[in-house]
Amino acid sequence: MVKLTSMVKTSGCAAKLAPAELHRVLDSLPKVENEHLLGGYADADDALVWKVGDNLVCIQTVDFFPPMVDDPYTFGQIAAANALSDVWAMGASPAVAMNLMCFPACLDIDVMRQIMLGGLSKVTEAGAVIAGGHTISDPTPKYGLCITGFCSPAQVWKNGGAVPGDVLVLTKPLGVGIINTAVKAGFASEEAAATAVKSMTTLNKYARDAARELAVHGATDVTGFGLLGHCYEMAQAGDVTLRIDSSALPVIEQALEYADLGMLPEGLYNNMDYLKGQVEFPGGLRQSLRDVMFDPQTSGGLLLAMDASDAERFTETFPDGRIIGSVVEKKDYPLVVF
Amino acid sequence: MGESIVVDARGLSCPQPVIETKKAIASKPEALSVLVDNVAAKENVTRYANTMGYDVTITQEEDGYTLCLKRR
Repeated sequence: MVKLTSMVKTSGCAAKLAPAELHRVLDSLPKVENEHLLGGYADADDALVWKVGDNLVCIQTVDFFPPMVDDPYTFGQIAAANALSDVWAMGASPAVAMNLMCFPACLDIDVMRQIMLGGLSKVTEAGAVIAGGHTISDPTPKYGLCITGFCSPAQVWKNGGAVPGDVLVLTKPLGVGIINTAVKAGFASEEAAATAVKSMTTLNKYARDAARELAVHGATDVTGFGLLGHCYEMAQAGDVTLRIDSSALPVIEQALEYADLGMLPEGLYNNMDYLKGQVEFPGGLRQSLRDVMFDPQTSGGLLLAMDASDAERFTETFPDGRIIGSVVEKKDYPLVVF
Repeated sequence: MGESIVVDARGLSCPQPVIETKKAIASKPEALSVLVDNVAAKENVTRYANTMGYDVTITQEEDGYTLCLKRR
């Protein structure tokens, strides 16, 4: 059986280009304006928002990456859960999807079939359909999807709506990037690997559904830029400061141990570099816990800003959800960890 | 004194430098050097060595870093 991860240098959302480099390029491009375009990368939102009519917007996103697990079917599931997530992070429902596949000519074609079947299983669970795609030959396998979803304009959750007084809710535990690195190194326990896979294949649909009737002011999903990277985008977009309670963070237990063993993906250091000078940390914070906050998450959870009363209702109906902090008036630092 | 142990982890991406360091300290040497050429490898090998009971001294070189590991 082929080990998919042995064919790649970086994997999952840790393969994302360093945010500092990416923003240098994006900021240098001409700004696109169109009366139908209600949001795009200028706002660092998770997906573009295109106004179709007065009562309907189209949400579109694309995501693909090299494998972070060896099993092709599981890889397909994770890639699909990750790509679909951006649509839920915008408050919409995915409708149609297209596959993006890069596949080595030397690999058994059944591996590609297994990846696509894994993707299909998650898109079907999401209530959407795969209706096309594109495949190219490439020495490094990669898979992902372009997803289109819809909702009414009033239902759109933006990155930038968090207001002082809100609390922050996170819907999945942190640490999958570190665990994936430990798996690659042969350092991880089977239990830790299984916990990470279960988290990465869980659709954010259920978290979105649980928050559907609540007043969500700001929303994003925690992926390649890590918890703090995505908190930073939310803070900047809303012109507020986010306070994060390090003792309240949900973390996959073994990730802290593996961080102490140097199992940190390269992307984690890129995230640290990107946020240099933007985060106030308390003295005496455990180094591995600080590491986890920068860990690139593959198919991570939703980060939601809402009233404290709504957050309590949410965590009752969605027990995996944790209140991890609050939103305050803008201070010297956009992010304050305590 | 035996021959000094040098792990050349330059050109390797994470987590490989830590794996190479792990192999080298399996015999619990008093001291060893690890050569790395990127920040992630420098930080990760340092974390690993500290957890395994080694103090680390880092010297910046033209082509990366030399990490000197000494058993506590």
